[in-house]
Amino acid sequence: MSRSALTGTRIRARRTLRGLRQTDLARMVGVSPSYLNLIEHNRRKVSAPLLGALAQALGVSSDVLVEDSDTRLVEGARAAALRSDTELGDLERIDDFIGRFPGWAAVLAETHGRVERLERVVEQLNDRMTHDPYLGDALHEIISAVTSVQSTAAILNDDGELAPEWQDRFHRNILTDSGRLAEGAVALVNYIDSAKTGETGIAAPQEEVEAWLAREGYHIDLVERGSLDRIEPYLDSQVELASGAAQQLAAAWLAQMQADARALPLKDLGAALGRYGVAPDLVAAAFGCGLDVVLRRLAHLPRGFCTELGLPPMGLAICDMSGTLLFRRPAEGFPFPRFGGGCPLWPLYQALRQPHVPLRANLVTAGRSGRRFNAFAIACVTGPARLSMPPVLRATMLLLPDEAQVDDTAIAVGASCRTCPQLDCPARREPSILVAGA
Amino acid sequence: MTQVRPRAACVFRTRQRTSDGPLRQGGWLVTQKRVLVIEDEPNISEAIRFILTRDGWQVEVEADGVAALERLRAAPPDALILDLMLPDMDGFDVLRRLRAEDATRHVPVLMLTAKGQSADRDLAAKLGVTRFMTKPFANAEVVAALQAMVTP
Repeated sequence: MSRSALTGTRIRARRTLRGLRQTDLARMVGVSPSYLNLIEHNRRKVSAPLLGALAQALGVSSDVLVEDSDTRLVEGARAAALRSDTELGDLERIDDFIGRFPGWAAVLAETHGRVERLERVVEQLNDRMTHDPYLGDALHEIISAVTSVQSTAAILNDDGELAPEWQDRFHRNILTDSGRLAEGAVALVNYIDSAKTGETGIAAPQEEVEAWLAREGYHIDLVERGSLDRIEPYLDSQVELASGAAQQLAAAWLAQMQADARALPLKDLGAALGRYGVAPDLVAAAFGCGLDVVLRRLAHLPRGFCTELGLPPMGLAICDMSGTLLFRRPAEGFPFPRFGGGCPLWPLYQALRQPHVPLRANLVTAGRSGRRFNAFAIACVTGPARLSMPPVLRATMLLLPDEAQVDDTAIAVGASCRTCPQLDCPARREPSILVAGA
Repeated sequence: MTQVRPRAACVFRTRQRTSDGPLRQGGWLVTQKRVLVIEDEPNISEAIRFILTRDGWQVEVEADGVAALERLRAAPPDALILDLMLPDMDGFDVLRRLRAEDATRHVPVLMLTAKGQSADRDLAAKLGVTRFMTKPFANAEVVAALQAMVTP
Protein backbone atom coordinates (compact mmCIF):
# COMPACT_ATOMS: atom_id res chain seq x y z
CA MET A 1 0.00 0.00 0.00
CA SER A 2 1.34 3.39 -0.83
CA ARG A 3 1.54 5.79 2.01
CA SER A 4 -0.86 8.21 0.49
CA ALA A 5 -3.37 5.72 -0.80
CA LEU A 6 -5.76 6.32 2.04
CA THR A 7 -5.22 10.02 2.56
CA GLY A 8 -8.37 10.98 0.67
CA THR A 9 -10.46 8.56 2.66
CA ARG A 10 -9.09 9.99 5.88
CA ILE A 11 -9.79 13.52 4.79
CA ARG A 12 -13.35 12.54 4.01
CA ALA A 13 -13.74 10.80 7.35
CA ARG A 14 -12.39 13.80 9.25
CA ARG A 15 -14.60 16.18 7.32
CA THR A 16 -17.78 14.24 8.00
CA LEU A 17 -16.72 13.91 11.63
CA ARG A 18 -16.68 17.69 11.87
CA GLY A 19 -20.00 17.98 10.07
CA LEU A 20 -18.53 19.92 7.19
CA ARG A 21 -19.89 19.74 3.68
CA GLN A 22 -17.53 19.12 0.81
CA THR A 23 -18.22 22.59 -0.55
CA ASP A 24 -17.42 24.17 2.84
CA LEU A 25 -14.08 22.45 3.15
CA ALA A 26 -13.25 23.10 -0.52
CA ARG A 27 -13.90 26.80 -0.01
CA MET A 28 -11.81 26.87 3.20
CA VAL A 29 -8.75 25.45 1.45
CA GLY A 30 -9.32 27.19 -1.87
CA VAL A 31 -10.02 24.30 -4.26
CA SER A 32 -13.13 23.39 -6.20
CA PRO A 33 -15.59 20.98 -4.60
CA SER A 34 -15.23 18.58 -7.52
CA TYR A 35 -11.44 18.50 -7.07
CA LEU A 36 -11.87 17.83 -3.35
CA ASN A 37 -14.29 15.08 -4.30
CA LEU A 38 -11.62 13.44 -6.46
CA ILE A 39 -9.11 13.74 -3.62
CA GLU A 40 -11.50 12.25 -1.11
CA HIS A 41 -12.01 9.24 -3.37
CA ASN A 42 -8.27 8.77 -3.63
CA ARG A 43 -8.27 9.61 -7.31
CA ARG A 44 -5.98 12.60 -7.00
CA LYS A 45 -2.83 12.94 -4.99
CA VAL A 46 -2.69 15.75 -2.49
CA SER A 47 0.18 18.20 -2.71
CA ALA A 48 2.03 18.96 0.47
CA PRO A 49 0.78 22.59 0.80
CA LEU A 50 -2.83 21.51 0.17
CA LEU A 51 -2.46 18.72 2.75
CA GLY A 52 -1.28 21.30 5.28
CA ALA A 53 -4.24 23.53 4.51
CA LEU A 54 -6.69 20.63 4.77
CA ALA A 55 -5.18 19.50 8.07
CA GLN A 56 -5.45 23.01 9.45
CA ALA A 57 -9.05 23.35 8.30
CA LEU A 58 -9.90 20.00 9.86
CA GLY A 59 -8.10 20.82 13.09
CA VAL A 60 -5.65 17.92 12.94
CA SER A 61 -1.96 17.60 12.21
CA SER A 62 -1.19 16.57 8.66
CA ASP A 63 0.44 13.40 10.04
CA VAL A 64 -2.97 12.15 11.02
CA LEU A 65 -4.08 12.37 7.41
CA VAL A 66 -1.16 10.44 5.96
CA GLU A 67 -0.08 8.26 8.85
CA ASP A 68 0.52 4.67 8.06
CA SER A 69 -0.94 3.10 11.15
CA ASP A 70 -3.42 1.19 9.01
CA THR A 71 -0.78 -0.97 7.34
CA ARG A 72 -1.38 -3.73 9.83
CA LEU A 73 -5.10 -3.52 9.13
CA VAL A 74 -4.51 -3.69 5.40
CA GLU A 75 -2.24 -6.67 5.77
CA GLY A 76 -4.65 -8.42 8.12
CA ALA A 77 -7.65 -7.81 5.90
CA ARG A 78 -5.74 -8.78 2.78
CA ALA A 79 -4.52 -11.99 4.41
CA ALA A 80 -8.08 -12.79 5.46
CA ALA A 81 -9.29 -12.16 1.91
CA LEU A 82 -6.58 -14.35 0.40
CA ARG A 83 -7.41 -17.17 2.80
CA SER A 84 -11.03 -17.06 1.74
CA ASP A 85 -12.27 -19.41 -0.95
CA THR A 86 -14.58 -16.70 -2.21
CA GLU A 87 -13.59 -14.95 -5.42
CA LEU A 88 -13.04 -11.34 -4.47
CA GLY A 89 -13.25 -9.25 -7.60
CA ASP A 90 -12.75 -6.03 -5.70
CA LEU A 91 -9.69 -6.96 -3.68
CA GLU A 92 -7.93 -3.89 -5.01
CA ARG A 93 -10.50 -1.75 -3.23
CA ILE A 94 -9.21 -2.96 0.13
CA ASP A 95 -7.84 0.51 0.92
CA ASP A 96 -11.23 1.92 0.32
CA PHE A 97 -12.80 -0.61 2.64
CA ILE A 98 -10.33 0.07 5.42
CA GLY A 99 -10.62 3.79 5.00
CA ARG A 100 -14.38 3.72 5.19
CA PHE A 101 -14.82 1.02 7.81
CA PRO A 102 -11.69 1.00 9.97
CA GLY A 103 -13.61 -0.61 12.84
CA TRP A 104 -14.86 -3.48 10.73
CA ALA A 105 -11.45 -3.88 9.15
CA ALA A 106 -9.91 -4.14 12.61
CA VAL A 107 -12.47 -6.83 13.49
CA LEU A 108 -11.63 -8.70 10.28
CA ALA A 109 -7.88 -8.47 10.85
CA GLU A 110 -8.23 -9.45 14.49
CA THR A 111 -10.47 -12.39 13.61
CA HIS A 112 -8.05 -13.53 10.97
CA GLY A 113 -5.17 -13.35 13.43
CA ARG A 114 -7.21 -15.35 15.88
CA VAL A 115 -7.95 -18.01 13.25
CA GLU A 116 -4.25 -18.30 12.57
CA ARG A 117 -3.43 -18.67 16.24
CA LEU A 118 -6.15 -21.28 16.67
CA GLU A 119 -4.86 -23.17 13.67
CA ARG A 120 -1.49 -23.47 15.36
CA VAL A 121 -3.21 -24.84 18.45
CA VAL A 122 -5.20 -27.26 16.29
CA GLU A 123 -1.99 -28.42 14.68
CA GLN A 124 -0.46 -29.18 18.05
CA LEU A 125 -3.55 -30.75 19.53
CA ASN A 126 -4.21 -32.78 16.44
CA ASP A 127 -0.68 -34.08 16.60
CA ARG A 128 -1.28 -35.13 20.18
CA MET A 129 -4.77 -36.50 19.70
CA THR A 130 -3.82 -38.54 16.67
CA HIS A 131 -0.75 -40.12 18.06
CA ASP A 132 -0.79 -39.81 21.78
CA PRO A 133 -1.63 -43.18 23.30
CA TYR A 134 -1.90 -41.77 26.79
CA LEU A 135 -4.49 -39.19 25.84
CA GLY A 136 -6.57 -41.74 23.94
CA ASP A 137 -6.50 -44.17 26.86
CA ALA A 138 -7.28 -41.48 29.41
CA LEU A 139 -10.28 -40.25 27.44
CA HIS A 140 -11.52 -43.78 26.93
CA GLU A 141 -11.26 -44.46 30.64
CA ILE A 142 -13.24 -41.32 31.43
CA ILE A 143 -15.95 -42.07 28.89
CA SER A 144 -16.26 -45.59 30.23
CA ALA A 145 -16.73 -44.30 33.77
CA VAL A 146 -19.23 -41.68 32.59
CA THR A 147 -21.17 -44.33 30.68
CA SER A 148 -21.35 -46.58 33.70
CA VAL A 149 -22.35 -43.76 36.05
CA GLN A 150 -25.01 -42.44 33.70
CA SER A 151 -26.54 -45.81 32.97
CA THR A 152 -26.50 -46.91 36.60
CA ALA A 153 -27.88 -43.61 37.86
CA ALA A 154 -30.72 -43.87 35.36
CA ILE A 155 -31.58 -47.33 36.67
CA LEU A 156 -31.61 -46.09 40.25
CA ASN A 157 -33.76 -43.15 39.26
CA ASP A 158 -36.24 -45.02 37.05
CA ASP A 159 -36.80 -48.19 38.93
CA GLY A 160 -38.88 -47.45 42.00
CA GLU A 161 -39.21 -51.10 42.94
CA LEU A 162 -35.54 -51.92 42.83
CA ALA A 163 -34.66 -54.72 45.25
CA PRO A 164 -32.39 -53.55 48.09
CA GLU A 165 -29.56 -55.86 46.95
CA TRP A 166 -29.59 -54.29 43.52
CA GLN A 167 -29.79 -50.83 45.00
CA ASP A 168 -26.72 -51.54 47.11
CA ARG A 169 -24.88 -53.02 44.19
CA PHE A 170 -25.60 -50.05 41.93
CA HIS A 171 -24.75 -47.52 44.63
CA ARG A 172 -21.42 -49.26 45.05
CA ASN A 173 -20.82 -49.21 41.31
CA ILE A 174 -21.56 -45.49 41.13
CA LEU A 175 -19.18 -44.86 43.99
CA THR A 176 -16.31 -46.75 42.37
CA ASP A 177 -16.98 -45.22 38.97
CA SER A 178 -17.18 -41.69 40.30
CA GLY A 179 -13.85 -42.30 42.00
CA ARG A 180 -12.41 -43.48 38.68
CA LEU A 181 -13.90 -40.46 37.00
CA ALA A 182 -12.39 -38.03 39.49
CA GLU A 183 -8.96 -39.63 39.20
CA GLY A 184 -9.15 -39.72 35.44
CA ALA A 185 -10.19 -36.08 35.25
CA VAL A 186 -7.38 -34.93 37.55
CA ALA A 187 -4.82 -36.93 35.59
CA LEU A 188 -6.10 -35.49 32.33
CA VAL A 189 -6.04 -31.91 33.62
CA ASN A 190 -2.48 -32.37 34.89
CA TYR A 191 -1.48 -33.81 31.58
CA ILE A 192 -3.00 -31.00 29.56
CA ASP A 193 -1.57 -28.40 31.97
CA SER A 194 1.89 -29.83 31.51
CA ALA A 195 1.41 -29.36 27.77
CA LYS A 196 0.36 -25.74 28.29
CA THR A 197 3.45 -24.89 30.29
CA GLY A 198 5.61 -26.10 27.46
CA GLU A 199 6.39 -29.47 28.97
CA THR A 200 5.29 -32.13 26.65
CA GLY A 201 3.28 -34.56 28.70
CA ILE A 202 6.34 -36.57 28.10
CA ALA A 203 5.92 -40.08 26.83
CA ALA A 204 9.12 -41.34 25.20
CA PRO A 205 12.71 -41.22 26.50
CA GLN A 206 13.72 -39.18 23.45
CA GLU A 207 11.12 -36.57 24.37
CA GLU A 208 12.43 -36.46 27.93
CA VAL A 209 15.90 -35.71 26.61
CA GLU A 210 14.59 -33.05 24.22
CA ALA A 211 12.57 -31.42 27.01
CA TRP A 212 15.65 -31.35 29.24
CA LEU A 213 17.82 -29.82 26.50
CA ALA A 214 15.09 -27.31 25.61
CA ARG A 215 14.99 -26.09 29.20
CA GLU A 216 18.77 -25.84 29.23
CA GLY A 217 18.71 -23.80 26.03
CA TYR A 218 20.32 -26.73 24.16
CA HIS A 219 23.60 -26.16 25.87
CA ILE A 220 25.04 -27.97 28.88
CA ASP A 221 28.03 -26.06 30.19
CA LEU A 222 29.53 -29.28 31.58
CA VAL A 223 30.52 -30.45 28.10
CA GLU A 224 32.81 -27.45 27.56
CA ARG A 225 35.10 -28.11 30.49
CA GLY A 226 33.72 -30.65 32.97
CA SER A 227 34.23 -34.36 33.28
CA LEU A 228 31.42 -36.75 32.51
CA ASP A 229 32.89 -39.53 34.64
CA ARG A 230 30.39 -39.37 37.48
CA ILE A 231 27.45 -38.02 35.58
CA GLU A 232 24.69 -40.18 37.08
CA PRO A 233 23.84 -37.99 40.11
CA TYR A 234 23.63 -34.97 37.79
CA LEU A 235 21.30 -36.76 35.36
CA ASP A 236 19.24 -38.03 38.25
CA SER A 237 18.68 -34.47 39.42
CA GLN A 238 17.21 -33.33 36.10
CA VAL A 239 13.42 -33.42 36.48
CA GLU A 240 12.73 -34.06 32.81
CA LEU A 241 14.87 -37.18 32.76
CA ALA A 242 12.42 -39.30 34.68
CA SER A 243 13.11 -42.67 33.11
CA GLY A 244 16.29 -44.71 33.19
CA ALA A 245 16.13 -44.95 29.40
CA ALA A 246 16.08 -41.15 29.13
CA GLN A 247 19.07 -40.86 31.45
CA GLN A 248 21.01 -43.31 29.29
CA LEU A 249 20.13 -41.37 26.16
CA ALA A 250 21.09 -38.13 27.88
CA ALA A 251 24.44 -39.57 28.94
CA ALA A 252 25.14 -40.65 25.36
CA TRP A 253 24.07 -37.23 24.15
CA LEU A 254 26.38 -35.48 26.63
CA ALA A 255 29.28 -37.66 25.51
CA GLN A 256 28.56 -36.76 21.91
CA MET A 257 28.31 -33.05 22.72
CA GLN A 258 31.57 -33.21 24.64
CA ALA A 259 33.33 -34.91 21.72
CA ASP A 260 31.92 -32.22 19.40
CA ALA A 261 33.05 -29.49 21.82
CA ARG A 262 36.57 -30.92 21.90
CA ALA A 263 36.70 -31.07 18.11
CA LEU A 264 35.48 -27.48 17.90
CA PRO A 265 36.56 -25.51 21.00
CA LEU A 266 34.51 -22.35 21.49
CA LYS A 267 37.38 -19.91 21.16
CA ASP A 268 38.70 -21.33 17.89
CA LEU A 269 35.19 -21.87 16.56
CA GLY A 270 34.37 -18.22 17.25
CA ALA A 271 37.39 -17.16 15.24
CA ALA A 272 36.50 -19.50 12.37
CA LEU A 273 32.89 -18.30 12.30
CA GLY A 274 34.18 -14.75 12.30
CA ARG A 275 36.33 -15.56 9.29
CA TYR A 276 33.97 -17.73 7.24
CA GLY A 277 30.53 -16.84 8.53
CA VAL A 278 28.09 -19.70 9.03
CA ALA A 279 29.74 -21.88 6.38
CA PRO A 280 29.77 -25.33 8.00
CA ASP A 281 31.78 -26.94 5.22
CA LEU A 282 34.61 -24.41 5.51
CA VAL A 283 34.59 -24.72 9.29
CA ALA A 284 34.74 -28.53 9.01
CA ALA A 285 37.67 -28.28 6.60
CA ALA A 286 39.50 -25.81 8.86
CA PHE A 287 39.15 -28.11 11.87
CA GLY A 288 39.58 -31.36 9.98
CA CYS A 289 36.36 -32.77 11.41
CA GLY A 290 33.17 -34.12 9.88
CA LEU A 291 30.44 -31.80 8.65
CA ASP A 292 27.95 -33.56 10.94
CA VAL A 293 30.10 -32.55 13.92
CA VAL A 294 29.90 -28.90 12.87
CA LEU A 295 26.15 -29.06 12.28
CA ARG A 296 25.53 -30.54 15.73
CA ARG A 297 27.90 -28.12 17.39
CA LEU A 298 26.26 -25.07 15.80
CA ALA A 299 22.92 -26.12 17.27
CA HIS A 300 24.35 -26.57 20.77
CA LEU A 301 26.29 -23.39 21.40
CA PRO A 302 26.02 -21.28 24.58
CA ARG A 303 23.50 -18.48 24.26
CA GLY A 304 26.01 -15.79 25.22
CA PHE A 305 28.44 -16.98 22.57
CA CYS A 306 25.73 -16.78 19.90
CA THR A 307 24.64 -13.33 20.99
CA GLU A 308 28.23 -12.10 20.85
CA LEU A 309 28.69 -13.40 17.31
CA GLY A 310 25.18 -12.40 16.21
CA LEU A 311 24.21 -15.99 15.46
CA PRO A 312 20.48 -16.80 15.48
CA PRO A 313 19.25 -19.93 17.27
CA MET A 314 19.49 -22.75 14.72
CA GLY A 315 17.30 -25.82 14.31
CA LEU A 316 18.64 -29.34 14.14
CA ALA A 317 17.14 -32.66 13.10
CA ILE A 318 18.82 -36.03 13.15
CA CYS A 319 17.30 -39.18 11.71
CA ASP A 320 18.32 -42.76 11.16
CA MET A 321 18.00 -44.78 7.96
CA SER A 322 14.33 -45.46 8.57
CA GLY A 323 13.71 -41.71 8.58
CA THR A 324 12.78 -41.80 12.25
CA LEU A 325 13.68 -38.53 13.91
CA LEU A 326 16.18 -39.19 16.68
CA PHE A 327 16.60 -35.59 17.70
CA ARG A 328 14.67 -32.39 17.11
CA ARG A 329 15.61 -28.88 17.96
CA PRO A 330 12.94 -26.77 16.25
CA ALA A 331 13.92 -23.42 14.79
CA GLU A 332 11.51 -20.55 15.27
CA GLY A 333 9.02 -20.78 12.41
CA PHE A 334 10.10 -24.32 11.53
CA PRO A 335 8.34 -26.76 13.84
CA PHE A 336 9.11 -30.45 13.76
CA PRO A 337 6.36 -33.03 14.08
CA ARG A 338 6.15 -34.59 17.49
CA PHE A 339 5.25 -37.96 16.05
CA GLY A 340 5.93 -39.69 12.78
CA GLY A 341 8.23 -38.63 10.00
CA GLY A 342 8.77 -35.12 8.75
CA CYS A 343 8.36 -33.63 5.30
CA PRO A 344 9.88 -35.98 2.70
CA LEU A 345 11.31 -32.96 0.89
CA TRP A 346 13.69 -32.05 3.70
CA PRO A 347 17.36 -32.27 2.68
CA LEU A 348 17.69 -34.45 5.79
CA TYR A 349 16.13 -37.31 3.86
CA GLN A 350 17.81 -36.45 0.58
CA ALA A 351 21.13 -36.84 2.38
CA LEU A 352 20.36 -40.49 3.15
CA ARG A 353 20.41 -41.22 -0.59
CA GLN A 354 23.94 -39.86 -0.99
CA PRO A 355 25.95 -40.71 2.12
CA HIS A 356 28.86 -38.39 2.92
CA VAL A 357 27.80 -35.85 0.29
CA PRO A 358 27.24 -32.45 1.91
CA LEU A 359 23.97 -30.85 0.83
CA ARG A 360 22.82 -27.28 1.02
CA ALA A 361 19.35 -26.04 0.10
CA ASN A 362 17.26 -22.94 0.52
CA LEU A 363 13.97 -23.78 2.16
CA VAL A 364 10.81 -21.80 2.56
CA THR A 365 8.06 -23.04 4.83
CA ALA A 366 4.89 -23.74 2.88
CA GLY A 367 1.87 -21.61 3.56
CA ARG A 368 1.32 -18.05 4.58
CA SER A 369 4.17 -17.54 6.99
CA GLY A 370 6.79 -18.48 4.38
CA ARG A 371 9.80 -18.42 6.70
CA ARG A 372 13.11 -18.87 4.95
CA PHE A 373 16.00 -21.07 6.00
CA ASN A 374 19.35 -22.24 4.80
CA ALA A 375 19.53 -25.98 5.31
CA PHE A 376 22.76 -27.97 5.52
CA ALA A 377 22.63 -31.74 5.62
CA ILE A 378 24.86 -34.77 5.50
CA ALA A 379 24.45 -38.48 6.19
CA CYS A 380 27.35 -40.34 7.76
CA VAL A 381 28.01 -43.96 8.63
CA THR A 382 27.99 -44.55 12.36
CA GLY A 383 29.55 -47.40 14.24
CA PRO A 384 32.20 -49.81 13.04
CA ALA A 385 32.05 -51.11 9.46
CA ARG A 386 30.74 -54.66 9.28
CA LEU A 387 30.51 -56.82 6.22
CA SER A 388 27.68 -58.87 7.66
CA MET A 389 25.15 -56.03 7.82
CA PRO A 390 24.25 -52.91 5.88
CA PRO A 391 26.07 -49.74 6.96
CA VAL A 392 24.19 -47.78 9.60
CA LEU A 393 23.62 -44.21 8.47
CA ARG A 394 22.59 -41.20 10.43
CA ALA A 395 21.57 -37.96 8.70
CA THR A 396 21.93 -34.53 10.28
CA MET A 397 20.30 -31.30 9.11
CA LEU A 398 20.96 -27.81 10.42
CA LEU A 399 18.46 -25.01 9.82
CA LEU A 400 19.81 -21.50 9.72
CA PRO A 401 17.12 -18.79 9.63
CA ASP A 402 17.69 -16.60 6.59
CA GLU A 403 14.90 -14.11 6.10
CA ALA A 404 17.09 -12.01 3.81
CA GLN A 405 17.24 -14.86 1.33
CA VAL A 406 15.79 -13.92 -2.04
CA ASP A 407 15.54 -17.11 -4.00
CA ASP A 408 12.80 -18.25 -6.31
CA THR A 409 14.25 -21.75 -6.33
CA ALA A 410 13.80 -22.26 -2.59
CA ILE A 411 12.08 -25.56 -1.87
CA ALA A 412 8.72 -25.20 -0.17
CA VAL A 413 8.62 -27.65 2.70
CA GLY A 414 6.27 -28.33 5.60
CA ALA A 415 6.58 -29.82 9.06
CA SER A 416 4.43 -32.84 8.24
CA CYS A 417 1.71 -33.50 5.68
CA ARG A 418 -1.13 -33.13 8.15
CA THR A 419 -0.27 -29.55 8.90
CA CYS A 420 1.05 -28.51 5.50
CA PRO A 421 -1.16 -26.44 3.21
CA GLN A 422 0.69 -27.36 0.00
CA LEU A 423 -2.00 -29.42 -1.70
CA ASP A 424 -0.37 -30.27 -5.02
CA CYS A 425 2.80 -31.65 -3.44
CA PRO A 426 3.78 -34.97 -5.03
CA ALA A 427 5.28 -36.08 -1.72
CA ARG A 428 1.99 -35.72 0.15
CA ARG A 429 1.25 -38.77 2.31
CA GLU A 430 -2.14 -37.80 3.69
CA PRO A 431 -4.61 -34.93 3.45
CA SER A 432 -3.95 -31.71 5.32
CA ILE A 433 -6.24 -30.77 8.18
CA LEU A 434 -5.66 -27.08 7.53
CA VAL A 435 -7.27 -26.77 4.15
CA ALA A 436 -10.93 -27.42 3.54
CA GLY A 437 -11.49 -30.20 1.04
CA ALA A 438 -7.86 -31.23 1.09
CA MET B 1 -27.25 -62.85 42.61
CA THR B 2 -30.82 -61.71 42.98
CA GLN B 3 -33.05 -62.32 40.01
CA VAL B 4 -34.23 -59.27 38.12
CA ARG B 5 -37.95 -59.56 37.50
CA PRO B 6 -38.84 -58.82 33.86
CA ARG B 7 -41.50 -56.21 33.32
CA ALA B 8 -44.32 -58.16 31.76
CA ALA B 9 -45.11 -55.36 29.32
CA CYS B 10 -41.69 -55.60 27.76
CA VAL B 11 -41.55 -59.33 27.28
CA PHE B 12 -41.77 -60.36 23.66
CA ARG B 13 -45.15 -61.80 23.01
CA THR B 14 -44.22 -63.52 19.86
CA ARG B 15 -44.48 -67.13 18.99
CA GLN B 16 -41.16 -67.44 17.30
CA ARG B 17 -39.42 -70.76 17.56
CA THR B 18 -36.16 -70.44 19.36
CA SER B 19 -33.91 -72.90 21.07
CA ASP B 20 -34.97 -71.51 24.42
CA GLY B 21 -37.83 -72.99 26.32
CA PRO B 22 -41.03 -70.96 26.12
CA LEU B 23 -42.38 -69.50 29.31
CA ARG B 24 -45.99 -68.87 30.10
CA GLN B 25 -46.95 -65.47 31.42
CA GLY B 26 -50.39 -63.94 31.81
CA GLY B 27 -51.89 -66.49 29.51
CA TRP B 28 -49.48 -65.66 26.65
CA LEU B 29 -46.95 -68.04 25.28
CA VAL B 30 -43.85 -65.88 25.32
CA THR B 31 -40.31 -66.57 24.24
CA GLN B 32 -37.41 -64.74 25.79
CA LYS B 33 -34.94 -63.47 23.32
CA ARG B 34 -31.26 -63.98 24.00
CA VAL B 35 -28.76 -61.20 23.78
CA LEU B 36 -25.02 -61.57 24.19
CA VAL B 37 -23.22 -58.53 25.59
CA ILE B 38 -19.49 -58.31 24.86
CA GLU B 39 -18.19 -55.62 27.19
CA ASP B 40 -15.06 -55.58 29.30
CA GLU B 41 -16.16 -52.89 31.77
CA PRO B 42 -17.92 -54.87 34.53
CA ASN B 43 -20.02 -51.97 35.81
CA ILE B 44 -21.24 -51.14 32.32
CA SER B 45 -22.09 -54.74 31.53
CA GLU B 46 -23.89 -55.04 34.85
CA ALA B 47 -26.03 -52.00 34.06
CA ILE B 48 -26.76 -53.33 30.58
CA ARG B 49 -27.57 -56.73 31.97
CA PHE B 50 -30.02 -55.15 34.38
CA ILE B 51 -31.86 -52.93 31.90
CA LEU B 52 -32.17 -55.69 29.31
CA THR B 53 -33.26 -58.34 31.80
CA ARG B 54 -35.85 -55.88 33.05
CA ASP B 55 -36.98 -55.54 29.46
CA GLY B 56 -37.47 -59.27 29.16
CA TRP B 57 -34.23 -60.35 27.55
CA GLN B 58 -32.17 -63.32 28.49
CA VAL B 59 -28.76 -61.70 28.89
CA GLU B 60 -25.34 -63.29 28.64
CA VAL B 61 -22.12 -61.37 29.14
CA GLU B 62 -18.61 -61.96 27.89
CA ALA B 63 -15.66 -59.69 28.66
CA ASP B 64 -13.36 -60.68 25.82
CA GLY B 65 -13.68 -61.34 22.12
CA VAL B 66 -12.24 -64.85 21.88
CA ALA B 67 -14.57 -66.35 24.48
CA ALA B 68 -17.46 -64.41 22.99
CA LEU B 69 -16.82 -65.86 19.52
CA GLU B 70 -16.84 -69.39 20.90
CA ARG B 71 -20.14 -68.78 22.62
CA LEU B 72 -21.54 -67.14 19.50
CA ARG B 73 -20.65 -70.11 17.32
CA ALA B 74 -22.01 -72.61 19.83
CA ALA B 75 -25.37 -70.87 20.16
CA PRO B 76 -25.99 -67.78 18.06
CA PRO B 77 -28.05 -65.28 20.09
CA ASP B 78 -30.94 -63.21 18.79
CA ALA B 79 -28.85 -60.07 19.10
CA LEU B 80 -25.38 -58.95 20.04
CA ILE B 81 -24.17 -55.86 21.86
CA LEU B 82 -20.55 -55.31 21.04
CA ASP B 83 -18.02 -52.97 22.62
CA LEU B 84 -15.32 -51.71 20.29
CA MET B 85 -12.36 -51.65 22.65
CA LEU B 86 -11.81 -55.12 24.06
CA PRO B 87 -8.73 -56.54 25.76
CA ASP B 88 -7.78 -59.23 23.24
CA MET B 89 -9.26 -58.52 19.81
CA ASP B 90 -11.23 -55.37 19.02
CA GLY B 91 -14.91 -55.22 18.21
CA PHE B 92 -14.19 -54.83 14.49
CA ASP B 93 -12.41 -58.21 14.47
CA VAL B 94 -15.30 -59.85 16.28
CA LEU B 95 -17.74 -58.34 13.78
CA ARG B 96 -15.61 -59.38 10.80
CA ARG B 97 -15.46 -63.01 11.94
CA LEU B 98 -19.10 -63.03 12.89
CA ARG B 99 -20.11 -61.91 9.42
CA ALA B 100 -17.79 -64.43 7.76
CA GLU B 101 -19.42 -67.49 9.28
CA ASP B 102 -22.74 -68.96 8.20
CA ALA B 103 -23.92 -69.71 11.71
CA THR B 104 -23.54 -66.14 12.90
CA ARG B 105 -23.83 -64.10 9.73
CA HIS B 106 -27.43 -63.04 10.42
CA VAL B 107 -27.07 -61.97 14.07
CA PRO B 108 -28.00 -58.29 14.42
CA VAL B 109 -25.21 -56.32 16.07
CA LEU B 110 -25.45 -53.14 18.11
CA MET B 111 -22.00 -51.63 18.46
CA LEU B 112 -21.48 -49.47 21.54
CA THR B 113 -18.31 -47.48 21.66
CA ALA B 114 -16.56 -44.56 23.24
CA LYS B 115 -14.91 -43.94 19.89
CA GLY B 116 -17.46 -42.08 17.83
CA GLN B 117 -15.24 -40.90 14.99
CA SER B 118 -16.77 -41.11 11.57
CA ALA B 119 -13.95 -43.42 10.42
CA ASP B 120 -15.00 -45.97 13.06
CA ARG B 121 -18.62 -45.56 12.13
CA ASP B 122 -17.80 -46.08 8.45
CA LEU B 123 -15.71 -49.15 9.12
CA ALA B 124 -18.43 -50.63 11.31
CA ALA B 125 -20.97 -49.99 8.53
CA LYS B 126 -18.71 -51.66 5.97
CA LEU B 127 -18.34 -54.68 8.21
CA GLY B 128 -22.09 -55.01 8.45
CA VAL B 129 -23.02 -53.53 11.81
CA THR B 130 -26.76 -53.17 12.38
CA ARG B 131 -26.65 -50.14 14.70
CA PHE B 132 -23.82 -47.97 15.94
CA MET B 133 -24.19 -46.03 19.19
CA THR B 134 -21.66 -43.97 21.10
CA LYS B 135 -21.04 -44.05 24.82
CA PRO B 136 -22.33 -42.66 27.06
CA PHE B 137 -25.75 -43.93 26.04
CA ALA B 138 -29.26 -43.53 27.39
CA ASN B 139 -30.62 -46.83 28.72
CA ALA B 140 -33.92 -46.40 26.92
CA GLU B 141 -32.12 -45.89 23.61
CA VAL B 142 -30.22 -49.14 23.95
CA VAL B 143 -33.41 -51.01 24.79
CA ALA B 144 -35.29 -49.41 21.90
CA ALA B 145 -32.45 -50.07 19.45
CA LEU B 146 -32.26 -53.70 20.46
CA GLN B 147 -36.00 -54.20 20.15
CA ALA B 148 -36.03 -52.55 16.73
CA MET B 149 -33.19 -54.81 15.57
CA VAL B 150 -35.04 -58.04 16.32
CA THR B 151 -38.50 -56.92 15.27
CA PRO B 152 -39.22 -58.31 11.83
